[in-house]
Amino acid sequence: MEFETRAVHTGQAPDPGTGATIPPIHLTTTFTQPAPGETLAGFDYSRSGNPTRAGLEACLRSLEGGEACAAFSSGLAACSAVLQSLRPGDGVAASHDLYGGTFRLLDKVFAPWGLEVAFAQNAGLDAYERAIGALRRPRLLWIETPTNPLLDVLDIVALSDLARKRGMLSVVDNTFATSYLQRPLELGADLVVHSTTKYASGHSDVVSGAVIARSGGLLEGIRFLQNATGAIPGPLDCYLVQRGLKTLAVRMDRHCANAQALAESLVGAKGIRRVVYPGLDSHPGHALAARQMRGFGGMVSVELEGGAEAARRFLSRVRIFACAESLGGVESLCSHPATMTHASVPPEIRRARGIGDGIVRLSVGIENAGDLIADVRQALGLGG
Amino acid sequence: MSDKKPSIETLAIHAGRSVDPFTGAVVAPIHLTTTFERAADGAYPRGFCYSRTENPNRGQLEACLAAIEGGKEAIAFSSGLAVAAAVFHGLKPGDHIIAPDDVYHGFRKLLDQVFGEWGIRTSYVDMEEPANIAGAVGPTTRLIWAETPSNPLLKITDLAAVAKIARGAGAVSVCDGTFATPVLQRPFEFGIDLVAHSTTKYISGHSDVVGGALIARESCPIFEHARKSQQLAGAVPSPFDCWLTLRGIETLPYRVRAQAESALRIATFLKGCPAVEAVYYPGLPGHPGHGIAQRQMSRFGGMLSFLVRGGAAEATRVAARVRVFTRATSLGGTHSLIEHRASIEGPETRTPANLLRLSIGLESTEDLIDDLARGLESLIT
Repeated sequence: MEFETRAVHTGQAPDPGTGATIPPIHLTTTFTQPAPGETLAGFDYSRSGNPTRAGLEACLRSLEGGEACAAFSSGLAACSAVLQSLRPGDGVAASHDLYGGTFRLLDKVFAPWGLEVAFAQNAGLDAYERAIGALRRPRLLWIETPTNPLLDVLDIVALSDLARKRGMLSVVDNTFATSYLQRPLELGADLVVHSTTKYASGHSDVVSGAVIARSGGLLEGIRFLQNATGAIPGPLDCYLVQRGLKTLAVRMDRHCANAQALAESLVGAKGIRRVVYPGLDSHPGHALAARQMRGFGGMVSVELEGGAEAARRFLSRVRIFACAESLGGVESLCSHPATMTHASVPPEIRRARGIGDGIVRLSVGIENAGDLIADVRQALGLGG
Repeated sequence: MSDKKPSIETLAIHAGRSVDPFTGAVVAPIHLTTTFERAADGAYPRGFCYSRTENPNRGQLEACLAAIEGGKEAIAFSSGLAVAAAVFHGLKPGDHIIAPDDVYHGFRKLLDQVFGEWGIRTSYVDMEEPANIAGAVGPTTRLIWAETPSNPLLKITDLAAVAKIARGAGAVSVCDGTFATPVLQRPFEFGIDLVAHSTTKYISGHSDVVGGALIARESCPIFEHARKSQQLAGAVPSPFDCWLTLRGIETLPYRVRAQAESALRIATFLKGCPAVEAVYYPGLPGHPGHGIAQRQMSRFGGMLSFLVRGGAAEATRVAARVRVFTRATSLGGTHSLIEHRASIEGPETRTPANLLRLSIGLESTEDLIDDLARGLESLIT
């Protein structure tokens, strides 16, 4: 069965008791045992396992092409579990351009507990080799592609290969692309993490995360932590995420088409210093993105002339786009990385990475493309 | 008119909530939204920015939990164990914890198999005797974790003594109040610093939402770190789950008292059964710690355990024959539950093989006693 079909059907069997096509939501915390210690269907306590969560995990696993999946209460809870499965003294080499929350987990939470962390200085392979070389006991390579917020494209095949040669596991944060546009496990990566809060559930109404592994064995430690630390998503939330997955393919097609149209309309526009979108020929990773992704995604970053002031003015003038955190929902959102998503990255590091004060990140929704283009143009003070 | 603080029955219904100003809705709407609009000037005037860090329903739940516990502030988590993980994250490698030797097995696994690997050392002691706790204190002791009544032997720990020892050692004291609930036991009144709950149990009370909470008497570094952990490591409960938990809290005082009354009668009945070797219930005069329980609790709770004459096979047979009690793990809900603990606690368990644990629900006490009598009949042959 193809992706779109599996998105609708996997992890969702009709309810045997009633025939309900959409399975009921199992809010129950506990499960009746036919005899002590025995279960009817493998469930005994909802922190450890829940049918609605199992349905979601089966669907996510199938869509990502993996063998095992563990769902979490948030994207950062998923990231936390991956890092907690390491040990003091282990080394993590991470992307040069990373979501601020992941940076904070590495730098402020796990480094004090003994994890060694080294960041690549740019998107090049040798930058990653240097970062790995700086670690005493390299264990994990953590990348995002496209990156947040500069939308750099990293070579998953090459980086997974590099990790494997150094005896490291590779983790790809696939939140921006989603399994519809990009399947890192099929490109050689070991683990994929998602903030399913974003495109996966797609309706800005459920905070949640997931880890999917290439093989069952790779997920064992993380599955253990899911149960031991209980950072689980509730059953209603699992239901909502799975409900969103059903339209993932059609939503992503529209996000990509809208983002491409918007990005092209802004190239050379007055007040814009540069438009960053992997679908533009001008993007240095355009060819690589075309090889490793089915589409270029719904995220567009623009650098405005006039720095922070121009950004603030723009964000106050948009009417369809809303200035808010998060991304990946059906509604268009815009944000200012320097003061929002990447505020937790120290300013000197931010600037060194090119996250200037004039950068605005656009999460292009599935509204009418013409409406969105018109909204952005009027917010920039442009006519037409 | 006096400024008397409202009683727990009133707080259970009103604390943390207010009428929705825009619609007049008495019951709070459920804010599933992940994100919140930012004002044109860049500020967040209503205080909400992203639901992992703060959400209206979670804020209401936290305010209510703090109020009914008599504490300053509460943090809600996705599960009871997520509370423990967040507390441990506030420590450092090399820090030492003192915990009960019969602490909940999931807690022990988290400490030994996760945080133990990251440099936390733990001493497990019999907390019925305060001298054991004092004896375990060392220069790196940072946390003393107590559970009272304990699981599944309902052991009672003297909270005032724990608080005193912790203060003397410069350590933080935590009481897992899951079994007792704030209705029956007020750890802050004995000087305890933090209270932890699996809200999955009595607090939500309907066996339909997994959750946890940490409440502070006053702010302290470990509590502040736990808040950061909730927000940055994201083990957050969903807005729907917070709403559902709050809905359960409204009847908490009445549920817990009814369950405690029923449990006392059932414990007394079991004590008189020839097929029963021993009964563990803090309300029975012969129970070790009964005197401390009388001082420390307003009633003795809805949990009890008993030893069946025989071994695991006999205990299993009793559990197989009951019809009103449900064979299932967990506790604190409206359904009465019966559980053979030893077979689910793992190979290292110290729980007797002939022990059955009961969580008394809200069914009629007569029906429950008849059901147990029927189960025990199977042993008299």
